[in-house]
Amino acid sequence: MLGVKVRAGPALPAVLAGVPRLRWGWAAAGCAALLVSCGIGVLVGPVHIGAGTVVQALFGGAVDPGQANILWSLRFPRVVLGVLVGGTLAIAGAAYQGVFRNPLADPYLLGAAAGANLGATLAIAFAPGTSVLGVNIVPLAAFVGAGAAVAGAYVLGRSVSGLRSATGLILAGVAIAAFFNSIQSYVQQTQTSSIRQVYSWILGRLVTAGWDDVLLILPYVLLSATVIFLHRRLLDALTLGEDEITSLGIPVRRIRLIVVVAATLGTAAVVAVGGTIAFVGIIVPHTIRLLAGRSYRVVIPLSVLFGAAFLVLADTAARTIVAPAELPIGVITAFLGAPFFIAVMRSTRAAAL
Amino acid sequence: MSDIVLTGVSVAYDGEPVVRDLDLTVASGEWLSLIGPNGAGKTTILRAIARLVPFRGEIRIGGRAVTELSSREVAREVAVLVQEPQMPVGMTVSQYVLLGRAPHLGYLGKESSRDRRIVRDVVRRLALEDLASRPLDRLSGGERQRAAIARALAQQAPVLLIDEPTSSLDVGRQQSVLELIDQLRREQELTVIAAMHELTLAGQYADRLALLVGGRLAAAGSAAEVLTEPAIAEHYHAQVKVIQMNGSGTAVVPVRR
Repeated sequence: MLGVKVRAGPALPAVLAGVPRLRWGWAAAGCAALLVSCGIGVLVGPVHIGAGTVVQALFGGAVDPGQANILWSLRFPRVVLGVLVGGTLAIAGAAYQGVFRNPLADPYLLGAAAGANLGATLAIAFAPGTSVLGVNIVPLAAFVGAGAAVAGAYVLGRSVSGLRSATGLILAGVAIAAFFNSIQSYVQQTQTSSIRQVYSWILGRLVTAGWDDVLLILPYVLLSATVIFLHRRLLDALTLGEDEITSLGIPVRRIRLIVVVAATLGTAAVVAVGGTIAFVGIIVPHTIRLLAGRSYRVVIPLSVLFGAAFLVLADTAARTIVAPAELPIGVITAFLGAPFFIAVMRSTRAAAL
Repeated sequence: MSDIVLTGVSVAYDGEPVVRDLDLTVASGEWLSLIGPNGAGKTTILRAIARLVPFRGEIRIGGRAVTELSSREVAREVAVLVQEPQMPVGMTVSQYVLLGRAPHLGYLGKESSRDRRIVRDVVRRLALEDLASRPLDRLSGGERQRAAIARALAQQAPVLLIDEPTSSLDVGRQQSVLELIDQLRREQELTVIAAMHELTLAGQYADRLALLVGGRLAAAGSAAEVLTEPAIAEHYHAQVKVIQMNGSGTAVVPVRR
């Protein structure tokens, strides 16, 4: 086969300027942000525990049993859960944005959060306290609901607009979310005894976080993040036009399906333990795009680090601002996220991803 | 060998026939330009050859039926330059051209240093070195067109399909883009099929023209044979004067009615 002839000569390293890659400085900054936020998350609380004590507790030193108990059963699992939830929401948001080529795409747009809420509400209202194989039915129901919503949006979007348009999917997701929300509201209003429980679910809570929650979502979160990470180069390719992608032999449909399933799996898992925590998937990837570059080779890994750091800090704020009471963390992220959402909408009105 | 043979090819969009029972042969290394009025099916034929649209009939490239190839195999045989390439915001020229290596990579594969070397050579060949790190959205129209050609060349496919390469360019840039494609065709021994609007340019750069009307082949042959005043009057409903310019092609000049 004939093609561009490569000049003969010594095999010099292929220097090609302008190919984006994750720079060490940014990777280091992300790790530092994560460490600092975890440090803050562990140190801040109603009981003062010094940094020295925390280090001793981590490395098996002799620590006051009361303080050790607070650290190991309250603060550490909560911070770890914050890391998992934040990293997953950010990477899932970035993945949805890449697949749907819509800068505003996030778990909300696809109906994943609405599906999770409906599932959880039905479980709280009609089968409170039930468990399957020792696992509370509420997270399981949320998981099933999120999957159903995204599958519904995917199927509906495809049947409406075919494969040539990504907007059909988003509109389908919005319709599904509205439909699920209406059923959820109806159930919530008619089952008044469970309203408070449902509210605290929907607004998000890491209050009751424990190691069992961490273990519950860890496999899903790791799988989801790994699959999305492996697709980061292909997400860059998806920014081309549909005919161009296909003419490069890139299997668009397969990529969309795999990445959407992975992102939804991660989203449903974290919604199941953390409740609905809005806008993390928009704030974090967009800030990274502005500062570190738009390539998914950069956005995906940094989203995990900065998303985790952001959520741990937001959670620390949520349990500090009105101490000894706690704000639902969804309140904090929505308060910061909604204005950000408007700003993104205004700045990306014309620019497609 | 990368000759292209279409036999009884029909394409329909939503049941509406766009290309009907078309037979067409393009020799290896030949430049064929598809001409015809709007809606004649020029773009659709290109899309069918690149297997971007389902079709009936048979299309063979280098003797192999495209329907029997995987989409990656098709992409290694056929590079497509669409009419208005989408230029992702913030993507650099290098990264864009590097996407042309996609058909040579595994599903989750990473570009090798060989891929990077090929891209670097293509970037050099198209005089884009100084723009390699520049985002696509900060290129001029002519530079974008060159970047798009570079991406197609990085595919190293022996067949190049081009849809309206000169639309939205001024006459000087039209000429330089077509000259560039012609040079590359000779250097790389590419088979080129181009959908063309501008009849004079179509005739000047192609070895052969195919005139399509309503999805059917109305005429095929050299520019002098296909570009005749009666044919253009009949199919384009245009009043033109056709001038044979000794050795420099056939000029089609509109005449005011």
